[in-house]
Amino acid sequence: MTDAPVLEMREIRKTFPGVVALDGVDFALRRGEVHILLGENGAGKSTLMKILSGAYQKTAGRITLDGEEVEIKNPAHAQALGVATIYQEFNLVPHLSVGENIFLGREPVRAFGLIDRRAVNRQAAEVLGGLGLNLDPRRPVKGLRVAEQQMVEVAKALSLDARVLIMDEPTAALTEHEIKELFAAIRGLKEKGVSVVYISHRMEELFEIGDRVTVLRDGRSVGTFDVKETNKFELIRLMVNRDLTELFPKEHAERGAEVLRVEGLTTRGGLKDVSFSLHKGEVLGIAGLLGAGRTELARAIFGLDKLESGSVKIKGETRRIGSPRAAINAGLGFLTEDRKAQGLVLPLSVKDNLCLPSVDKFTSLGFVDAKRERGAAERYVRELRIRTPGLEQKVVYLSGGNQQKVVLSKWLCSEAEVFIFDEPTRGVDVGAKAEIYQLMNRLAASGVAIIMISSELPEILGMSDRILVMRAGTVACEFDAKEATQEKILECALGE
Amino acid sequence: MRARGIGLPANFFSHYARQLGTLSGLLGMCVVLSVATPFFWTVSNLLNVAEQAVIIAVVAAGMTFVIITGGIDLSVGSVLAFAGVVMASVLQAGVPVPVALAVALGTGLGCGLLNGALITVGRLPPFIATLGMMSVARGAALMFTEGRPVSGFSGSFRSLATGEVLGVPVSVVIMVGVYVVAHVVLTRTKLGRYTYAIGGNEEAALLSGVNVRLYKAAVYGISGMLSGLAAVILTARLNSAQPIAGMMYELDAIAATVIGGTSLLGGEGTVVGTLIGALIMAVLRNGLNILGVPSFVQQVVIGSVIIAAVLIDMWLKRRAG
Ligand SMILES: Nc1ncnc2c1ncn2[C@@H]1O[C@H](COP(=O)(O)OP(=O)(O)OP(=O)(O)O)[C@@H](O)[C@H]1O
Ligand SMILES: [Mg+2]
Repeated sequence: MTDAPVLEMREIRKTFPGVVALDGVDFALRRGEVHILLGENGAGKSTLMKILSGAYQKTAGRITLDGEEVEIKNPAHAQALGVATIYQEFNLVPHLSVGENIFLGREPVRAFGLIDRRAVNRQAAEVLGGLGLNLDPRRPVKGLRVAEQQMVEVAKALSLDARVLIMDEPTAALTEHEIKELFAAIRGLKEKGVSVVYISHRMEELFEIGDRVTVLRDGRSVGTFDVKETNKFELIRLMVNRDLTELFPKEHAERGAEVLRVEGLTTRGGLKDVSFSLHKGEVLGIAGLLGAGRTELARAIFGLDKLESGSVKIKGETRRIGSPRAAINAGLGFLTEDRKAQGLVLPLSVKDNLCLPSVDKFTSLGFVDAKRERGAAERYVRELRIRTPGLEQKVVYLSGGNQQKVVLSKWLCSEAEVFIFDEPTRGVDVGAKAEIYQLMNRLAASGVAIIMISSELPEILGMSDRILVMRAGTVACEFDAKEATQEKILECALGE
Repeated sequence: MRARGIGLPANFFSHYARQLGTLSGLLGMCVVLSVATPFFWTVSNLLNVAEQAVIIAVVAAGMTFVIITGGIDLSVGSVLAFAGVVMASVLQAGVPVPVALAVALGTGLGCGLLNGALITVGRLPPFIATLGMMSVARGAALMFTEGRPVSGFSGSFRSLATGEVLGVPVSVVIMVGVYVVAHVVLTRTKLGRYTYAIGGNEEAALLSGVNVRLYKAAVYGISGMLSGLAAVILTARLNSAQPIAGMMYELDAIAATVIGGTSLLGGEGTVVGTLIGALIMAVLRNGLNILGVPSFVQQVVIGSVIIAAVLIDMWLKRRAG
């Protein structure tokens, strides 16, 4: 690592209609370093990086690459300058194969401009192999799981031979094992002199992979530090501008009557004879590796996948749940893991998204009572501190973490009695995470039961009352939260 | 919180900027035409324009619902013809006018719901389902009448087109009524909310408990029913129901919708915009006629205006985004 900056951004400003996203940010990147960008949801991290990658044009400021001032015109230009980006939201073409996606726009060609498919697949397999990933390059991206898609994004960026690699929350959808692979790949890149800008809300990662860290707050930089010379709580204080000591403020609520009993659930999607029960006031954590069947379980309970056999009992009554509507009527709420594809209606406003599952509550004779609806939306925007210029802002313009808060609020607003949260804090900053956990405490205290699917073991351990570990479509182990440890869970998940 | 510099007026303008843009396009055209020919800006000609706009406007209101869900309805013109001839024959068989109206709307509704069923239960792409219906309904209209128009109705029926309310043609009053109701439905009701949600992200809507099939089918039903209503007005105006009526109306209706700022990708759009779009089409036709522009040239001009309008719209959206 040398001190000469590869990249310098000075006095960067960016405004959107009604929003100042960046208000004069300085940022410098050294050769071969992993530079962490830290900040609350909506602090401006993604915006800063999108300016660098050519997705946005800065309003003011200067950028120099290797001492030369550059005006980055568009994403293709940024790539030509050696800046590769993995965006927070996926940018894959669903109908193309893994290999075609990795080499999109730079396909190896044969005579007559025909695409050399063999070369595409061979080179793609090499890149994927380098990531320790056993994925067929010919498979269409459409059928891949979120985490697999994320790895394809990583592979695509790695294959670019960039000097600067931007990763905007690359691990948000990955499990511990895949994160290890990714970090190994990043270390390999560092050795080759590639500089990495790394955005993440997972504090542990910062100390594992980072060299320096820059903290953004409200569109301004509050300082750059050597990772070795700082600590978690100092950084959190800089980020959220207040003290936050308890990361997992778990309170054990009183365990009430049984609300949900799942018996022998089997689906064609891969669930095999899953049984468990859930009580009022309980938080049931579900851990497991990618593909262990956690999301499938949620989908089956919520009436999205057909049951081959098995039954779902709610408050002692067997219910046939054939559609999400029926599930909601039965008192269930399902926060899905992929907010862009399944959670949000992007062109609609914050308010309309927030009230979508509960429109019925605000409707009489077919008419929606706008006032009550606004009231509810306002309440959640306030309670979850959703950063938006107004209720009418389209959610597509919110930062990733704030979008996640909208999805969460929409289920809170539906006042379900049993929540299934699939990765509820994905992409949410530490401060907001603590707020969401507190909210889970309050929900549990009020008698709501929560199933929390998560790939973050600290979260599972910190917030659950009971923990199920899934493996290959079945419940492999069950722990009381008091006796569970990271090692025990991993051991069970891997089947050792 | 980062709510810098957003007040109500700014919000209002950003919210309706698109319609204000289209509206200034319409007014600009009117100004140019009034300067070019004094005849344009006369009460009789303006009412004439409004009457011209009525049929397409009524059809386009339904089209707007469909396009907001991310679909398309190519069958509107044929359904109009079919509903027209069915109604005409029951009228001639001597049923009272209100019953005949119900028959026209019901026929349109039935065709629309059939489209909806093909799309939701049969999982056909809307383009294919309504393309098929376009041919089926046209053929049915021709079979039903053996290719001949059905003409000659009672004065009370014809007054639907010839009558006036406070000096305004009844058909224009109907059109305004349709748009008021459509606007209220889209902005204030659950049906409206779900229409946008389905178009914006069908899967998210489904997961939020929206009965996607039901509401999608309903939207095609609305489009069919409004085609039936347009058939009533057209038949009363011509005093004749023609099995070949409404040819190419689907294109005019789609054009009016798109000029009005509704995105073919779904999830976005307003009926207010569509009404302005329909008026733009009517003013353009009227203006070109009174300026004596040959009809072949007219087609070129109209096509160019549609393309220009959408180009400007996309350009404005990109700047705002
Ligand atoms: N295209 C846009 N139009 C309007 N506002 C935008 C747009 N993109 C971002 N913003 C706003 O700019 C601010 C910064 O957003 P940005 O996405 O950079 O946040 P972030 O730090 O990446 O947050 P997160 O951790 O949630 O991903 C937010 O208030 C966001 O609402
Ligand atoms: Mg971001």
